[in-house]
Amino acid sequence: MSTLEIKDLHVSVATEDGDKEILKGVTLTIKDGETHAIMGPNGSGKSTLAYSIAGHPKYTVTGGSVTLDGEDVLAMSVDERARAGLFLAMQYPVEVPGVSVSNFLRTAKTAVDGEAPKLRTWVKDVNSTLERLDLDASFSQRSVNEGFSGGEKKRHEIAQLELLDPKVAVLDETDSGLDIDALKIVSEGVNRFREQEGKGVLLITHYTRILRYITPDYVHVFVNGRIAEEGGPDLADQLEAEGYDKYVKAGV
Amino acid sequence: MTETPAVAEAIETTKVSSHLHPEGSFRVEDHPVPTGREEIWRFTPLKRLRGLHQETALTGDTDTPVVTAPDGVVAELLGADNAVKGTSGFVPNDRISARAWEAAARTLSLRIPTEAVVEEPIVVTLTGTGTEDASATHAVVTAEPHSKATVVFRFEGSMTLADNVEIVVGDGAQLTVVNIDDWADDAVHVGHRHAQVGRDATFRHVDVTFGGDVVRHDTTAEYAGPGGSVEMLGLYFADAGQHIEHRLFVDHNAPNTESNVVYKGALQGEGAHTVWVGNVLIRKVAEGIETYEENRNLVLTDGCQADSVPNLEIETGEIAGAGHASATGRFDDEQLFYLRSRGVEENEARRLVVHGFFNDLIRRIQVPALEEELVATVEAELAKNVLKAF
Ligand SMILES: Nc1ncnc2c1ncn2[C@@H]1O[C@H](COP(=O)(O)OP(=O)(O)O)[C@@H](O)[C@H]1O
Ligand SMILES: [Mg+2]
Repeated sequence: MSTLEIKDLHVSVATEDGDKEILKGVTLTIKDGETHAIMGPNGSGKSTLAYSIAGHPKYTVTGGSVTLDGEDVLAMSVDERARAGLFLAMQYPVEVPGVSVSNFLRTAKTAVDGEAPKLRTWVKDVNSTLERLDLDASFSQRSVNEGFSGGEKKRHEIAQLELLDPKVAVLDETDSGLDIDALKIVSEGVNRFREQEGKGVLLITHYTRILRYITPDYVHVFVNGRIAEEGGPDLADQLEAEGYDKYVKAGV
Repeated sequence: MTETPAVAEAIETTKVSSHLHPEGSFRVEDHPVPTGREEIWRFTPLKRLRGLHQETALTGDTDTPVVTAPDGVVAELLGADNAVKGTSGFVPNDRISARAWEAAARTLSLRIPTEAVVEEPIVVTLTGTGTEDASATHAVVTAEPHSKATVVFRFEGSMTLADNVEIVVGDGAQLTVVNIDDWADDAVHVGHRHAQVGRDATFRHVDVTFGGDVVRHDTTAEYAGPGGSVEMLGLYFADAGQHIEHRLFVDHNAPNTESNVVYKGALQGEGAHTVWVGNVLIRKVAEGIETYEENRNLVLTDGCQADSVPNLEIETGEIAGAGHASATGRFDDEQLFYLRSRGVEENEARRLVVHGFFNDLIRRIQVPALEEELVATVEAELAKNVLKAF
């Protein structure tokens, strides 16, 4: 079972001219096994929502609540949230020089599970996961995200999703900047994750392209820090044809 | 268009005057007692040098180093007047090195014969047994032409030491010299290392400074012919109250030579102070050279100070490249967030970041036996403070 419930979430960031409210009351529930797509123009606050769920210190929650299976997520530290079963695939994954992918993955897995993984099966799992994502064997000796191409960074995020196996995954524009082959590879990884029992996905995207490979249960249109419209997968087709214009105009 | 100088004329015989390279002298009286206002002394806590820079008697090398030399290496403890002393062209550039030159009673000579390839490192361990009597030592490492070897100087225990190490890298030789200051907390060490790098020779110097109360190293290199390559790598970790100072000078006095200097340090605890001064001089004759120097400091707690001063003096524009970088910073919040978002606790995330910071450098040392030890030492240093502080 895994339910992520976001209620009337208000979030601001500190700017030079004082605090600026970016999320203006977001309400969204991802029930057991559901995939929700959030689509919206640049600057609408999609990453802010993703980071706020993960607990990035730059963002201040000024109102509302986020719970995972009834537990208060906002009361947890960043790492507690991950250990509770939340995962964020970042739009811009961060370089950690000198820390190898293999060390990083093992450390994260140990932290999330509360015990070190069994060495033999773990090495096999890592290798097969990397292979499925078309990352070659030498990849695990490279420093985390350092010198990775855009596509490698995103595939590395999905490798982590598969290996850490959270309850709910938030994917922030994992599709951006990928060519069609990489997009398929990444989508297959997300679909493998979704095929498991009870996994929730919040798929944030700017384009409808990825929704051809990952079919969402619900689509939300996100404009100016709020959800402007909700619907089924066909809402994505409508957005593809008409764009965000009518929502942006209505939202201002 | 400039004319390329003929190789025979390429080595300058007359010294140019450079603010980076004041004239040295063997005579102690040519070096007045520093006041602390001099450019080369302004960062150093003179009061804590136990008089090394004044008149304190340097009663000689009371502690004999333990030398482990594999077959094929000639290790000898020679008299102070042996001709090997001075073969690197080193001229003391400050009062302490001049005093040590004069006072050292013996000369430790390590010689790697022509074309010998020595796989196992040659290890020289000096273990101090007290700080009361100040000591002076002198060593000369000679890598004869086309030889290949690694020499490790390891310093342990308590001591007040001024030393000079001369390094002669013959034509085509490949020599790595590793200096590990793993002193007890009360040691004072002011050391000078000077390398003369032969034609097409490769010299790497790795300087690891963890222990001691005050450690100040002058490391200098010059070339005896074109085509030589110098790499200087440094790794230091200053704890509360510790002063660690590195002053580097690469003298590009021959064409088509290379130098690459990378020093990385971490500081933790009240009063931890590190100094890095990286000087590079590109003389008029040094056409086609390439140089890069870099210093990065990671400040782990409040109350620390990291001084970082790169200097590049260029007398010819006909070079392949010259650059430098210097950065001092705290933990990167985005890195910590990324690691923590994967479930890694804050302390563990900090540990990983520091580990990675040094690991980048450790991987470049290329002395496998040393890598593991250094990783473990970094871990031990971290356990002292970083994990407690948060
Ligand atoms: N640190 C910040 N300071 C000022 N404005 C910010 C900051 N972070 C985000 N914003 C603003 O918040 C809005 C939403 O940004 P973001 O969540 O990244 O949007 P999206 O992911 O939908 O493109 C943008 O207008 C952006 O400029
Ligand atoms: Mg975004």
